[in-house]
Amino acid sequence: MSESHVATHHELGFVRKYIFSTDHKVIGVQYMITAMFMAIIGGLLSMLMRYQLAWPQALSPMMAKLFPISYNGGVMAPEFYISLVTMHGTIMVFFLFTAVLTGGFGNFLIPLQIGARDMAFPFLNALSYWVFLLSCIVIFAALFVASGAPMGGWTAYAPLSAIPSAAPGQATGMTLWITAIALFAVSGLMGGLNYITTILTMRTKGLSMMRLPLTQWSLLITSILGLLAFPVLLGAGILLLFDRMGGTSFFVPAGIIMNQVPLDHSGGHPLLWQHLFWFFGHPEVYIVVLPAMGMASDILSTFCRKPIFSYRMMVYSMVAIAVLSFIVWGHHMFVSGMNPFLGSVFTLTTLLIAVPSAVKTFNWLGTVWGARIRFTPAALFALGFISMFVSGGLSGIFLGTSAADIQLQDTYFVVAHFHLVMAIAPLFAAFAGLYFWFPKMFGRFMNNTLGKIHFWFTFIGAYCVFFPMHIIGVGGQMRRIYDPTQYMFLQPQQPMNVFISISAFILGTAQLIFLANFIVSIFAGKPAAERNPWQANTLEWTAPNPPGHGNFPPDLPTVYRWPFDYSVPGEREDFVPQTVPTTVTARH
Amino acid sequence: MPVLTENRRTGIVPPPPVTPPGGRGDDDSSNSGSSFPISKGQIGVWILLTAVIMLFAGLSSAYIVLRGVPAWQRIELPWLLWPNTAILLLSSVAIDISRRAVRRNDLQSMKRWLAAGGILGLVFLVGQLAAWRQLVDAGVYLPSTLQSGFFYILTGLHGLHLIGGVVALGLVLWKAVKDRLSAFNYEPLKLCALYWHVMDALWIYLFLLLLLL
Repeated sequence: MSESHVATHHELGFVRKYIFSTDHKVIGVQYMITAMFMAIIGGLLSMLMRYQLAWPQALSPMMAKLFPISYNGGVMAPEFYISLVTMHGTIMVFFLFTAVLTGGFGNFLIPLQIGARDMAFPFLNALSYWVFLLSCIVIFAALFVASGAPMGGWTAYAPLSAIPSAAPGQATGMTLWITAIALFAVSGLMGGLNYITTILTMRTKGLSMMRLPLTQWSLLITSILGLLAFPVLLGAGILLLFDRMGGTSFFVPAGIIMNQVPLDHSGGHPLLWQHLFWFFGHPEVYIVVLPAMGMASDILSTFCRKPIFSYRMMVYSMVAIAVLSFIVWGHHMFVSGMNPFLGSVFTLTTLLIAVPSAVKTFNWLGTVWGARIRFTPAALFALGFISMFVSGGLSGIFLGTSAADIQLQDTYFVVAHFHLVMAIAPLFAAFAGLYFWFPKMFGRFMNNTLGKIHFWFTFIGAYCVFFPMHIIGVGGQMRRIYDPTQYMFLQPQQPMNVFISISAFILGTAQLIFLANFIVSIFAGKPAAERNPWQANTLEWTAPNPPGHGNFPPDLPTVYRWPFDYSVPGEREDFVPQTVPTTVTARH
Repeated sequence: MPVLTENRRTGIVPPPPVTPPGGRGDDDSSNSGSSFPISKGQIGVWILLTAVIMLFAGLSSAYIVLRGVPAWQRIELPWLLWPNTAILLLSSVAIDISRRAVRRNDLQSMKRWLAAGGILGLVFLVGQLAAWRQLVDAGVYLPSTLQSGFFYILTGLHGLHLIGGVVALGLVLWKAVKDRLSAFNYEPLKLCALYWHVMDALWIYLFLLLLLL
């Protein structure tokens, strides 16, 4: 293995170089492209949902041609709507956000930012991608099962998920869902194993832990979270699979009657699934959000031309969030029948997370404070990330309080909350990262003007979609409702649903600007001649655009300082890369 | 570093230093320049083991929760589990003797005990299958009771992990037969022994869980 890294560039065939590659950069880009494809699928599903919610009784002759069973009579079937909810959530949480942030950016950035030639276990890394791709294919296949796509929601609550005859999509569709998630967990383990080992053991000379960019810290902590959380989901999935196929009753209580026939199951505990799922599910939220935070912090500091405010507190608060994330899962279960005393404990731990989150927000504001920001698309999206994270985080305080949550549980208030905080916010960070590292990935720039247009459509669009959801949620609109007009008390809110849907269509269409910009720029963008176009300090900017095999020809860089020496008084330039030797004083 | 790698092939290897010389990253040929005190392989195996332990922690917490439901019924555990446990412990001992032998550069004894450990591991696996058979003969199947479900799943998953260990042991043995291991370079054996001991401890934990709770 080490021999192959001696030479900086090998001439390999196209297939070895770009398809079955073990190069971390290629694997990272493979993850990103696959995740983008999944994002398009997941996004289209949400468009169908919004169409249904705005005009519930509308005929869709075109869709009826595509899905004759699900659009029987030209109107979307309620079962199909629930399948859409399930598939949209699953695809977005796992196959877009987890994949693009840790799989995509993690793979691409870890060796480049720590000054290494590749990951610790390149073969395992490639295997992780291929297992991920397999899991994508399996979940994609679940959409086309004759009996229907899975209908259990992304949380797959038992006993609905444990009984194949419970609903049409719960037969083959649900089995495919569990298989896909299990494969995804295995792929994530192989990735996480690599990330942790690489960051710990392969940092270049001089790069101590407290000189790591925050992106690297966030990826390290995220990998540890994934390592501790995904196996528990895998274990729960195994038990669920046996309930479905082996006749066990871990999650199925006695006395369930299906089609007038009592089931054989006895004695299981449906709440157990919720406990196991959310023990994974809540850390999963931070698996998605932490890398977004790390990337946004680094990008923000670069474009503010200021050091990140309180680097150490940024690291410690991420660690605190990670630790707390394992003891808050009960806040998803306040009305599940769990002991109410436990509810107050989980309220306390949940609200505690507000402290490190507020520390981070304070530090971001401290970084932006008084800065002369260079408003590139990457900077705008990083700022947008903070806005979305704060907006979504504030509603989390309502939902984390068990007394308020009893009212708001399973309404659109929840939908608004989690979309802003764990979907739109990470999406903004991912866009920021793509605009920022695009020159390093492909040696060309994305179009700046289109980037800014994309930002404003996305920023305003996202608020137009998700802000009114708080209001209709408080008004009582249920989370997975198929037709809001069937309730008298929801009818006055219907214009708001129409507004949200139109905004969603505009938001969705605006992403085509990004897609076009991305694809065209790969082949015809302005060439990035300079290695360090953003005048940033981290190590990846000392490598060529794009870096060849082995990343840093001919020698690995040596690090002398932390990555945030922007606008240092007395320096000639307003940035001092990590590789510049310190002469008199070292700040870190 | 490439010099060292080349020499590994021929088997005449100088003892590797505990930490690579000259601080981080000053040698360019590979990424092993970091002064991190633990090797990549060791961290990798520990991470893998953490994941395995979390998998079984999740399953055993489910076990403990369901133990409290009224429908919980105890099953009679097959007596074969006792000799099986002894065999697995012996396999761990054998592998550890092998690890000590390689430290003395006693390569013959290393190979012998390694093979013994692997065979004992296989005997354990066969014994577990026989224990399943005993249970089936007693009319206790996977869906019979909650505990029987857990019994088959926990022993089955542990067995699968042990099969992985046997495969790894086979690879190490193959390396040993090809004379690629020596007192100065036996990390594969060390990692394999670590994995094996943890699987051994995990079995004892699972056995106690099934026996006592």
